[in-house]
Amino acid sequence: LSATPETPKEDGRPKWDNKFQYILSCIGFAVGLGNVWRFPYLCQIHGGGAFLIPYFIALLFEGIPLLHLELALGQCLRKGSIGAWNTISPYLGGVGVGSWMVSVLVSLYYNTVLTWVMWYFINSFQEPLPWSVCPLNENRTGFNEECYESTAVNYFWYRKTLNITPDIAESGTFQWWLILCLAACWAIVYLCTIRGIETTGKAIYVTAIFPYLVLTIFLIQGLALPGATEGLIYLFTPNLNTLKNPRVWLDAATQIFFSLSLAFGGLIAFASYNPTKNDCEKDAVTVAIVNSMTSLYASIPVFSVLGFKATTAYWDCLDRNIINVINEFDLPEESIMRQNYTSWISFLNSSYPEKIAGLKLKSCDLQEFLDQSVSGTGLAFIVFTQAIILMPGSQAWAILFFIMLFSLGLSSMFGNIEGVFTPLLELQIIPKSAPKELLSGIICLISFLIALCFTLGSGSYWIDIFDRYAGSVPLLVIAFFEVIGVVYIYKIKRFSEDVEWMTGRKLNLFWQITWRFISPLLLLIVFMAFVTLQMQKPPSYTAWNPKYESFPMKEEKVYPPWVQAICVLLAALPCVCVPLVALFHLVKQKRRSKEPSLVPPEVSSCQGANS
Amino acid sequence: MLRALLLILSVVAIAHAELCKPDAQNAFKVRISIKTALGDNAYAWDANEEYLFKAMVAFAMRRYSSKSTTQISNVLLCNVTDRVSFWFVVTDSSKNVTTVPGSEVEAAIRMNRHRINNAFLLSDKTLQFLKITSTLSPPVEPSTPVWLIVFGVVLCLIVAGIVFLIVSGIQKHRKKNKESTERENLEEKVEVTLENGIPCEALDLKAGHINGVFAADDDRFTSL
Repeated sequence: LSATPETPKEDGRPKWDNKFQYILSCIGFAVGLGNVWRFPYLCQIHGGGAFLIPYFIALLFEGIPLLHLELALGQCLRKGSIGAWNTISPYLGGVGVGSWMVSVLVSLYYNTVLTWVMWYFINSFQEPLPWSVCPLNENRTGFNEECYESTAVNYFWYRKTLNITPDIAESGTFQWWLILCLAACWAIVYLCTIRGIETTGKAIYVTAIFPYLVLTIFLIQGLALPGATEGLIYLFTPNLNTLKNPRVWLDAATQIFFSLSLAFGGLIAFASYNPTKNDCEKDAVTVAIVNSMTSLYASIPVFSVLGFKATTAYWDCLDRNIINVINEFDLPEESIMRQNYTSWISFLNSSYPEKIAGLKLKSCDLQEFLDQSVSGTGLAFIVFTQAIILMPGSQAWAILFFIMLFSLGLSSMFGNIEGVFTPLLELQIIPKSAPKELLSGIICLISFLIALCFTLGSGSYWIDIFDRYAGSVPLLVIAFFEVIGVVYIYKIKRFSEDVEWMTGRKLNLFWQITWRFISPLLLLIVFMAFVTLQMQKPPSYTAWNPKYESFPMKEEKVYPPWVQAICVLLAALPCVCVPLVALFHLVKQKRRSKEPSLVPPEVSSCQGANS
Repeated sequence: MLRALLLILSVVAIAHAELCKPDAQNAFKVRISIKTALGDNAYAWDANEEYLFKAMVAFAMRRYSSKSTTQISNVLLCNVTDRVSFWFVVTDSSKNVTTVPGSEVEAAIRMNRHRINNAFLLSDKTLQFLKITSTLSPPVEPSTPVWLIVFGVVLCLIVAGIVFLIVSGIQKHRKKNKESTERENLEEKVEVTLENGIPCEALDLKAGHINGVFAADDDRFTSL
């Protein structure tokens, strides 16, 4: 055994330029769009500050242990997901294949979300912003009807961007502007991942750090906006009663899990480019804590802006009522102000109740406007864009906001693509003499062609399906098998020796307990609860249908059977790889007429593989 | 004489009151929001402003029908409120005690809306003629949409980056290939001059030809 642990292993494997690049890549992968548009929403609907309790418990017992496991695994075995799991045991190779498949599916639809972000970005250079005004109808007598009945922001999103069809079964046509943006997005991904971590390592300096700058700018601006404090108070006021609802705990567990991008194989790939003598324990804790702090940090400007928007909407509501009253009673201008509105109304109601009733004044309640909670694409493309119109210098804010979203998504894409790229590189799909640029080019080209489906009229419905089914259940299953595989098949004793060798100190009891019992149990519970909740009602979606009676409300529709079959396929395909590959190996072993054993004799470990 | 004059005046006044009242035929309601439009620079609505309004309406009627018969006295204002809102009607001096049809007035106002607004430093929203809709101005659209230009710039940058990286990758690959072939050539040359693992240059030294053990014992041996 070589006694010089400091000499870098000359196995020709690419490596990070420095430790900071590696940590930044992991943080960039973990910190994504969900930190901005899912976590604040969950905080809001689950009792504000009280949500942090289940969130941090899930982080401690589920997030950090699983993260440590993946990083240690990749660092020890120095292979991508497929290679690593094949090394642990050929029967567990299916886990690697499953995570590879999930990375492929998620990359496809995630980049389409970035396409939408890019579309909004390139539209932010106009004055006035295109989502602030309704276009006129054909004979120029009024505004476009669909736009007039909903809002200009909704119209720009559903009509001008998505050109959405009223039903998922109607595919509609290809939207050429989205195809252009999709091509540009995949070109950017190709540009950054062209030589694997050699190029992403340089790009990550920008894409991982820039969002923090913009968030800080938005924080400063957001806090200065009127109504920001209402939004923040609303967000953080703890309501401990919500903790009695098991749904809150489930949401916290799933949020931590998906937020840290576990089970994609990307983290294993990143860690595999590390030198083996690296403190993976500290890395895991660092990345997890930075991810959670970012979520909290991002929710402050988000909720300042939402509070500002709710306050402005409330003032608009009041102003509209005031104008109606003034016009009806011919009172002088500025006689009724927002402050004395209620006293005036009560006075007028007592003197002229029929007139007041005839006006049909809307009741303006600030709480109601604050309660309108939105997450996901609705938050970014509808609510936030509306708020940006109201800010002075809207173009600059829009440009900054969309560049920030793009960077957040791009750094997560690096991790996804790395999860696809590294295993393929190791499987030697292309001959070794061919350059790496060719493989990344092929991956990006094929993904672009498949993702063209999402630029159809019904594309956004399909993206919702991918998000709900491909990017959720399979990950839970794969993570469960990851923990079980390492702890019970590779054996925890050998793994803890490996980790000791890598970090240089004895494995803490905390990791032993969580890896052996707590994390698998938690994963099992979360998986059961998640599946149960999904099965409770038939899967449905909300469609944007201008011909619906209660338009602009979205129409609730059920998925047709063939779509439901695709949902099941998306969720089941990565999961089914695990038993399939195990079965395949069993058959292969039986054919060789050897004794089938769970652990083949020559399983290598960290120290063995590198001596 | 005086009594006749008074009688005529009162008849005219009553006739005017008949013509101009809320919801009268061919009468229009106007609503003005000066404070909303001008804020601190708001002027007060008084008799002079009313006179200007009558003048503008008369001007509009003259321009529309291109006959110079409408006078300021033909425009009647009534029911001025604090809001500021009032009703007005345009009488026809050629026909006795009748009002100009509402459609004509509407067309005239619509044609000259811009001039009327400007006279009062107001806009379509703050100087409202209820029942008269304004034609909306189309938004200014440049010939090439702005987003296409921005997209073109972004795409050019990306393609330039990709080409640069690919070219530098090919160059590095070629340099590595050249280096590895040079190294191979060097090793071949060295191999030719290796004899039993010892490079020939070393064998050229005396130390290879002369066996030092026997050389040192030269005087022990008897010379031949």
